[in-house]
Amino acid sequence: MPATSASRATSRQSHRRRSERARGGYGFGTVARMEWRKLRTVRSTWCIVGIFAAGMVGVAIVAASQQHSASISAAARGSFDPTRNGFSGLLLGQLLLGLLGVVTVTTEFSSGMIRATFAAVPRRSLVLGAKAAVLGGVALAVGELCAFAAFFAGQAAVRGPVPPATLGQAGVLRAVLMAGAYPALVALIGLGLGAIIRHTAGAICAVVAVLFVVPLLVTPLGTATKDAVVRFLPEQIATLSLTAVKPVVHALPPVPALGLLCGYGAAALAAGAWSLGRRDA
Amino acid sequence: MIEARGLVKRYRSTLAVDNLSFDVRPGRVTGFLGPNGAGKSTTMRMIVGLDRPDTGEVRISGKRYADLRWPLREVGALLEAKAFHPGRTVRAHLAALAASNAISGSRVIEVLEMTGIEKAAGRRAGNLSLGMSQRLGIAAALLGDPGVLVLDEPVNGLDPEGVRWIRNLLQHFAAEGRAVLISSHLISEMAQTADALIVIGRGRLLAQTTVARLAASAGTLEDAFFRLTGGVSDYSGSL
Repeated sequence: MPATSASRATSRQSHRRRSERARGGYGFGTVARMEWRKLRTVRSTWCIVGIFAAGMVGVAIVAASQQHSASISAAARGSFDPTRNGFSGLLLGQLLLGLLGVVTVTTEFSSGMIRATFAAVPRRSLVLGAKAAVLGGVALAVGELCAFAAFFAGQAAVRGPVPPATLGQAGVLRAVLMAGAYPALVALIGLGLGAIIRHTAGAICAVVAVLFVVPLLVTPLGTATKDAVVRFLPEQIATLSLTAVKPVVHALPPVPALGLLCGYGAAALAAGAWSLGRRDA
Repeated sequence: MIEARGLVKRYRSTLAVDNLSFDVRPGRVTGFLGPNGAGKSTTMRMIVGLDRPDTGEVRISGKRYADLRWPLREVGALLEAKAFHPGRTVRAHLAALAASNAISGSRVIEVLEMTGIEKAAGRRAGNLSLGMSQRLGIAAALLGDPGVLVLDEPVNGLDPEGVRWIRNLLQHFAAEGRAVLISSHLISEMAQTADALIVIGRGRLLAQTTVARLAASAGTLEDAFFRLTGGVSDYSGSL
């Protein structure tokens, strides 16, 4: 017993020394390391990323071959946008990365992990910030990788009257980069909504509502209203502004559209941080 | 050292904790005793900053929990049996928490060995038995080698061997000069483990005393407990 308590004592002393060396205390770096470990050590992360990659590339190939079989009229050829057509997979992809953002925080609430997290890091906005940085980084890397893969696979599959797009054409590289950034921003919106709602099912409903239901609700208000409103909605921003090489009428220009989307993400995260700080865990 | 002063916590219409003040001193095991619904868990959540008191405050070695620079190195808490993602492995769970407070990977292995779950390190936490989950929770609490331990019902789900193990562990930690607070509604367990006692009922402090003194006041500790809490238990059956 004396031997073990002596070794415990030295172990305690070495811990003290280490903690004195790192005097500053926990911070963004240590919390981000925790969040990165959390994100990569659950299977659901890699399942979602896998389905996302398969969906983005698979749909791009299918869309390109549809382009071949579809009889595009000579009049429509001028406005047909093979780049934008190749990102039809974003319809599914945005939902998947939105889901990843949601479960990153809601599974902590459903399992009780959040209480271990907040006991380790009482500054809750720092936890959400680190989550956003890690999730956003991973989602952006995955999004860009899959956007380029979908672009090359899709354009290679084009056998039709309209020639495939190439990265060298004006606006194409910009569209591919923005197509990769879009689902990462939806992931951050999902993270913010998850932090507010705290329940997986409820937060997923909120993401679906933002992406798909709101555009439908606007439709009955008449074409003029619809054209005026839908261009500000995330899903329409993706299809009409970000991935479009040939400008679409009523759509926002790509750069302001991306800025608006970043604003949505920031607003969702700010609301999430406020909610986490206000309510008991 | 934990100092709670004038804690009040209200959930909608119920007053969970009502002007509660107490001290948990280093060097001994302090039992936190009270009937179901007395406010023990709420109080423990307030100690580690998960619930915010309506009024009053808790200080850990003179500091508010939110101001601790390395919370895990100052306070180890076990607040519920399964505070982990069921799909993450035991090792990954501990390593993630350790990273947040810059605690080394070798310390993760140490606490796995101390709690006897090193063989389960690669298993998904959701597949653990209740007893193993408790051990994982205790391992997480020990990660930062903290001077203060706050454990809510730590013997729940443990087998007799586990109960004895945790009793020895807690007494050993107290002997090392740490402050240890454990809640339980098992009076016999408290009688064997704790030195000091905090008894609450309906959120109010009924006694801050020692096991020996309380037991001496009414023959047995159990009799003394019922005399103290008589009339304040929210849930009592007849027969």
